Amino acid sequence: MNNIDTKVTLSGVTLQNPVVPASGCFGFGYGMAEYYDIDCLGSISFKGTTRDPRFGNPLPRVAECYSGMINSVGLQNPGIDMVIAEELPKMRECFHQPIIANISGFSIDEYVECCSKIDKEEQVAIIELNVSCPNVHGGGMSFGTSCDSVGEVVREVKKVITKPLYVKLTPNVTDIVSIGQSAVDAGADGLCLINTMLGMRINLKTRKPVIANRMGGFSGPAVFPVAVRMVNQVAHACGVPVIGCGGVSTAKDVIEMMMAGATAVEVGAANLVNPYACKEIVESLPSEMTKYGITSLSEIIGIV
Amino acid sequence: MNLKNNYTVVANRQLTWKTWVMTLRGDTSAITAPGQFVNVAIPGRYLRRPISICDYSLERGEITLLYDVVGEGTADMSRWQPGQTVDMLNGLGNGFTVDREVKRPLLLGGGIGCAPLLGLARAYKVRGIEPVAILGYNTASDSFGMDRWFAELGVEAYIATVDGSVGTKGFVTDVIREKDIKGDFFHACGPMPMLRALCNGLDLPGELSIESRMGCGFGACMCCSVETKGGAKRICKDGPVFDKEELIWK
Repeated sequence: MNNIDTKVTLSGVTLQNPVVPASGCFGFGYGMAEYYDIDCLGSISFKGTTRDPRFGNPLPRVAECYSGMINSVGLQNPGIDMVIAEELPKMRECFHQPIIANISGFSIDEYVECCSKIDKEEQVAIIELNVSCPNVHGGGMSFGTSCDSVGEVVREVKKVITKPLYVKLTPNVTDIVSIGQSAVDAGADGLCLINTMLGMRINLKTRKPVIANRMGGFSGPAVFPVAVRMVNQVAHACGVPVIGCGGVSTAKDVIEMMMAGATAVEVGAANLVNPYACKEIVESLPSEMTKYGITSLSEIIGIV
Repeated sequence: MNLKNNYTVVANRQLTWKTWVMTLRGDTSAITAPGQFVNVAIPGRYLRRPISICDYSLERGEITLLYDVVGEGTADMSRWQPGQTVDMLNGLGNGFTVDREVKRPLLLGGGIGCAPLLGLARAYKVRGIEPVAILGYNTASDSFGMDRWFAELGVEAYIATVDGSVGTKGFVTDVIREKDIKGDFFHACGPMPMLRALCNGLDLPGELSIESRMGCGFGACMCCSVETKGGAKRICKDGPVFDKEELIWK
């Protein structure tokens, strides 16, 4: 299988393969490096980082679902300055591939400050903007649910960075294509979708929500068909590279997501039930490609 | 380090109306201390179920798990037959510390929280230290006979029940008072109100094993973080055992 080519390119950034652990499911990589050599991965989207340190939401933060899970961690992270001072150096020791920096904010100023700081970090190749957080100056509505607010945050961030900007879209909207298009019109170099879907479970014994924060983000294999559909729509309509995300658990899922239009693929919840999920996907990708008559992954992107 | 392995069920037996004991055989090399836990994959369920390791033998490659049937996942587990293959992540968490200078450790358990104290008692015995186990239950029908297992190990064990139906009436602290047990350190595992009472009421240094719903069980998802005096800690990776002085009780 020497003639198998798994390389993909996102806005000039070449990854050895399209497999990328999704933000929030892999920390900053070094913890996972205790279990396997993470240099086999295409990239890592690191834990969502905000300006200030955040402890996150009360426990329980997680609930079981059919073929999936709900989480409401609440962006627990040490803050951008500590990420740069302590997490990235530890990440650099065990990971030598391009890094995707996942940045969250609760105001435009916060996004701008964090992005301008992380943009200066050499190993960061792409900035991924999580626009699913509520805008505290905009009535609490998530940035990612309005074309105007997505456009505004992308325009302001683009002014202060030099690296490609990918916007991670929330699926909890009426028309994800128009939100994606607004991001692209404002200067986004690419899009990443989907973030988790809002969900809720109730404990019948206690008559209370399972999640302390009542609701949370639903992810796992159950959302895969929704993700494939949205990636397909957005990739064809928006004309920029797309990172496909949502329920991907196998090499076959990676190929399906790429046929739908994804250039690279993020793997989230699967890492949590199998710490070796990404490694196993990377290892089985060449044989799975052969099975479907694919010699180069780049040739199947968006063929459906 | 290989976290994930297949194990074979050797025995799976009901002990009380809610508690079961399962013995599995497989690779135990990831276990470094008593008080660690496994994360059990259950066919047809998405998330794994974290279960503390009750006892283990590195030589025989055997693990004993005590578990309460509290929901659909543990109900599935209770139906597993000998010979069944089980996918588990093993050797998770930090476990209890047994290498400090201690003469008479008290092992305090509440309900299913008694489970990891057996492996802990064995680790102390190997070091020539005699612990005392005190096991608390709500009522006699909740007691799964662990006092006998401690007795087989040659460890002094007492029972307390809230309703007094067996052993001392009251809590584990009532046993300490009634029997005038002198310890110089305590290890505890049980429901949070019990652990809080021990932290606030027992004038001894100690460490506590705490639990919560978990996502991954190996430190990746931050679904089980607690605020401690040393900052945010993950119960699954930095714990589940924390020093008494580290925890914050609100």
